[in-house]
Amino acid sequence: MKTSLLAADARTKKRNAAEKRFRAYGLSAIIVAMSALLILLTSVLVNGLSSFQQTFITMDIELAEERVDKEGNRDPAEMAKTTTIGYNSILRDALIATIEGEGLTTDLSNRDIADMISKEASATVRDRVLANPDLVGQTVTFDVLASGRIDGYFKGDVTLESAALDSNTSPEALTLAQQLADAGVIETKFNWNFFIWPDASVQRPEAAGLGVAILGSLYMMIVVLVLALPIGVASSIYLEEFAPKNRITDIIEVNISNLAAVPSIVYGILGLAIFINFMEFNQSSPLVGGLVLTLMTLPTIIISTRAALKSVPPSIRDAALGVGASKMQSVFHHVLPLAAPGILTGTIIGLAQALGETAPLLLIGMVAFVREYPAAYTPEAGLFGEASTALPVQVFNWTQRSDPAFVERASGAIITLLVFLLIMNAVAIYLRRRFERRW
Amino acid sequence: MQSLTTPLLFIFALAVIGYFVAKSRALKVAGGDIRTLVSLPNQHALNTALATIIPPVAAVLLFALYGRLTDGGPNWFFTLVVIGLGVTGCALSLIGIKVESRARTYAERWILGLLIFASTIAIMTTVGIVFSMLFETFNFFGQYDWRDFFFSLSWSPNFRGNSDLGIIPLLWGTLYVSFIALVVAVPIGLFAAIYLSEYAGPRLRSVAKPAIEVLAGIPTIVYGLFALITVGPVLRDYFAEPMGFGQSASSVMTAGIVMGVMLIPFVSSLSDDIINAVPQAMRDGSLGLGATQSETIRQVVIPAALPGIVGAILLAASRAIGETMIVVLGAGAAARLSLNPFEAMTTVTVKIVSQLTGDTDFASPETLVAFALGLTLFVITLGLNVFALYIVRKYREQYE
Repeated sequence: MKTSLLAADARTKKRNAAEKRFRAYGLSAIIVAMSALLILLTSVLVNGLSSFQQTFITMDIELAEERVDKEGNRDPAEMAKTTTIGYNSILRDALIATIEGEGLTTDLSNRDIADMISKEASATVRDRVLANPDLVGQTVTFDVLASGRIDGYFKGDVTLESAALDSNTSPEALTLAQQLADAGVIETKFNWNFFIWPDASVQRPEAAGLGVAILGSLYMMIVVLVLALPIGVASSIYLEEFAPKNRITDIIEVNISNLAAVPSIVYGILGLAIFINFMEFNQSSPLVGGLVLTLMTLPTIIISTRAALKSVPPSIRDAALGVGASKMQSVFHHVLPLAAPGILTGTIIGLAQALGETAPLLLIGMVAFVREYPAAYTPEAGLFGEASTALPVQVFNWTQRSDPAFVERASGAIITLLVFLLIMNAVAIYLRRRFERRW
Repeated sequence: MQSLTTPLLFIFALAVIGYFVAKSRALKVAGGDIRTLVSLPNQHALNTALATIIPPVAAVLLFALYGRLTDGGPNWFFTLVVIGLGVTGCALSLIGIKVESRARTYAERWILGLLIFASTIAIMTTVGIVFSMLFETFNFFGQYDWRDFFFSLSWSPNFRGNSDLGIIPLLWGTLYVSFIALVVAVPIGLFAAIYLSEYAGPRLRSVAKPAIEVLAGIPTIVYGLFALITVGPVLRDYFAEPMGFGQSASSVMTAGIVMGVMLIPFVSSLSDDIINAVPQAMRDGSLGLGATQSETIRQVVIPAALPGIVGAILLAASRAIGETMIVVLGAGAAARLSLNPFEAMTTVTVKIVSQLTGDTDFASPETLVAFALGLTLFVITLGLNVFALYIVRKYREQYE
């Protein structure tokens, strides 16, 4: 058989083809992984960005004395007798007047017109009036929330076709809303309230916000930071610098690496059994949530702190000991400050992990519907003892509701959560770049 | 607990006062010349403060535990003990201030004690996990036959009693979802790791590696939502319904695929480290004998890295079995023993969540079963982790 070095034989061709195939597999694996990330982020953004916008109706509301303050004394206690139901009709009449003022006509019944306004709006107006009785008798311009369906229409989630099948709205209402929007009465603008307002009931997706959840998550992060950082650093210092090499420290080390791999839901069971059933801390409180997350993040912090301590060269310790420092002084005065950037980076990454954790919080009752902003301290509930929810749990909560408008809210909450995580990780990376020392 | 706030505040005040008293006393003992002192005034002061605070605080912690165990409230006797310990500690350490006393050593012993206490918290966590679950699991098996729990093929809790609480359908769902997740994650993760460490240039590496690691930093609730609103409906509309597999958006497939995406970085970054640890000389030897690069990888690098890769896969499997939010939102809630991957099934973690949220009654087996499920989950994942570490250690090739 004639062979040539210039022409590849069949076997070589086969081997080269195999080589090419192998490379292609590798490259496509990377492409698949990166496109999965891209699709994931796009899906969340597409679904969620609209939750940062909200549709408002701007209208002049006549706060007639006989309707909001029957006694005429401007006494908030007496005025509180007019319930939100009373305000509903005031808002309805104001909207009808606005529609007529714009010269628009509609076949809608008065009730259907009232349904264009969010049920939350009357409470908002009522609170404003009660807080400021001088408004009574005047005609005041309010930006009130439009109902969830009208809001969905301007965001493209509700169409004339879908409205025809929907008992909560009708194509006529949407057409009217469009005319009002053309006249500048209905406006869609940035929704700061999404970050401030508490959760709202199932019928009012347009009024649901993240206020309580953000506050609850903040409290828990404080608890985690205050407990996990000192405990984690102290135990790393002991294990890395002082512990004799024996069975007990071996057990502790194996134990810590195993704890890092325990499923997070198991920590939830621990929290339920120990902190709530045994210690009788308040259910749904940021304190219990923080404690559970502390135990969960401790292994992460310990592992990264030990790595940071290990990277400080022994010559630093030897120099300190050589000039008469005790072992403790050499660690606290020299090793620890040098390891601080690494420790801080590890702590921030641990905190970011804790911020996104959901499963254990479900078990300790943080799924409860909470509308009151939790106080950091009250004499009855103690420190961080008031019921609260947390960002990731709020997302879960919203996904469990049937109204599709809550899916948009849930995605919006996810974006908020991801932005917080992004900031934390960026800070961690910056700290590492800025302060990391190579020896 | 409330009534201990005042004594504790008193102790802290005493410690602050003790700090300054000790400092001035040390100076006085030295006669104004601190060079004669064995330990610096600051160290005497620190020793006094620690001696004042640590014993009473330790006593308070012990008492809180004791009070919970016996249901007793705080009483006068205890308040006295706490204050007494603080005052004694303060007084003894102040009396002990002499020129030749080694306050630095004493203070550091206190600190060492604190460090040791901190490092036992990890142990206490494990003990807490095991005991809290064991205790309630025993309660559960007191009310429900363990044979039915482990061998019954049906799961239908009923809050009026007479529930079937067999773990097998849940385990089946768990293993099925985890299997699909691994089928997705292992090839992608492994090939990505191989390509990044063997073929990719520094530019691709610097983009792709962090991008894949971002997947690991995304909270699982995000993946859950992704499964619920994107992957589930797409799978239903384009695969399950046209092919006649069912109409459910939440299915084993949905949860499995999304979980697979989540696991890619676990497999890839661990494998990447291991592949990089294979010495270059082995590759050079193989290439020098005329093997192509892919032959070298398949026949030299992968076999050398195999124990580590198997370890990485086992760790990913343990992650998959314990994962909660993706399956809660993606897999469904119906306990079913079925082979159809487009059907909704449920897992151990989903049932732990559903049995322990809402109104729970800690006397009924329907609630207590969650602890038995949790313990099973803990044992399985722990076993996988220990096994993974064992394999990595036992079969690690020692180079050099």
